Amino acid sequence: MSTMQMDKVQIRELIAGRVARELNDGDVVNLGIGLPTMIPSFLPDGVEVILEAENGIVGAGPATDTFSARYVVDAGGKQASAIPGGAFIDSATSFGLIRGGHIDATVLGALEVDAKGNLANWIIPGKMLPGMGGAMDLVVGAKRVIVAMEHTQKGRPKILEACTLPLTAVECVDLIVTEMGVIEVTPDGLVLKEINPAFTVDEVREATGAELTIAEPLPSML
Amino acid sequence: MARDKMIALAEAVAKVEDGMTVMIGGFMGCGNAHVLIDGLIEAGTKDLTLICNDGALPGYGVGKLVEQHRLRKLIASHVGLNPEVGRQMNAGELEVELVPQGTFAERIRSGGTGLGGVLTPTGIGTIVAEGKPVVEVDGKAFLLEKPLRADIALLSGYKVDPFGNIWYRGDTRTFQPVMAMAADTVIVEADQLIPLGAIPPEDVVTSGILVDHIVKGGDW
Repeated sequence: MSTMQMDKVQIRELIAGRVARELNDGDVVNLGIGLPTMIPSFLPDGVEVILEAENGIVGAGPATDTFSARYVVDAGGKQASAIPGGAFIDSATSFGLIRGGHIDATVLGALEVDAKGNLANWIIPGKMLPGMGGAMDLVVGAKRVIVAMEHTQKGRPKILEACTLPLTAVECVDLIVTEMGVIEVTPDGLVLKEINPAFTVDEVREATGAELTIAEPLPSML
Repeated sequence: MARDKMIALAEAVAKVEDGMTVMIGGFMGCGNAHVLIDGLIEAGTKDLTLICNDGALPGYGVGKLVEQHRLRKLIASHVGLNPEVGRQMNAGELEVELVPQGTFAERIRSGGTGLGGVLTPTGIGTIVAEGKPVVEVDGKAFLLEKPLRADIALLSGYKVDPFGNIWYRGDTRTFQPVMAMAADTVIVEADQLIPLGAIPPEDVVTSGILVDHIVKGGDW
């Protein structure tokens, strides 16, 4: 199984499934739009997390008949709900939770991540300017920042020695999960801690634009 | 406290003059003041500086103001779900100032609560920090972000009493409580008009002392 044989959905499921195992029962978690929203369906039995949506839901849940899209959306603007025990809060309070260290983990995508844990995920000058939304606050304030993304973009490494795009924040990323492996950001640089056995270490190194220390032993990420 | 602040939609809309700075709450259109927005479209109001978290979606909420070229400037945290914002920005038709969402909330909050701004770690080491003072507090660096205020805030309340006390439904609350304090004039559209005292005091989110005018909301 190389990436050539894995389709996009399989790659995303593999990444989401691995990130799900990073979360602990009771964690308060903010998930970015896209791939990270797939994570809850992969949580192991007995692990329940509380989803925070930065637009003002603690205990966000899927769309239900109880809450109409006119009054309740998630941080992607889609119809959502608050689960029993959940709360609707205002934006200043929501970002107080986020900056104040009350969120255990945030999982989000990236355009680039580098060896120092710098993150770029909000702008490609001249091309794409969606805005940072809540991302800058989330990566500064969450206790743990996990990047969930495909290892390369059209064959080009996204994990680099130093980001080239404007940063979202400096030295904020703790863990990078891709379809090739699990990489921890340490003060001494990037450490490949787990590998997808469909790849060799050399293949991972080739797809990575930064120095990688290889953990020993190197378990499978699957 | 039973003073009636109800006014007609046309009267409310006329208070928003061309060129004014306007705050509208909500998130991706959810919680926008839809009736007031339609009123502005109808009245032809233009050249507005809009302070709103995002550009909403095409054809929805503040997205309508973008589409109809009623904005001169948009101060927001995210505009990616309304491609028209990017198109107008690239064409030089619309100025866009992007602010991190938490900073956006705190700039408005400080604008309405008598503070000279807020010190936040968000944006340190990024282009957001360009030109802004960095203040060190107990060895940690913070950006000084200045207050935001507006001429008018247009709010959307679910239950509103004649004094202007507001209870917000679902997560439409968003930036509305801070915006209610940060504008010279505050107008709320009420999905439901309820008698004075019908919102238990414990459940009043925005106090009527902040609200100048009420219009009937509901269908849009």
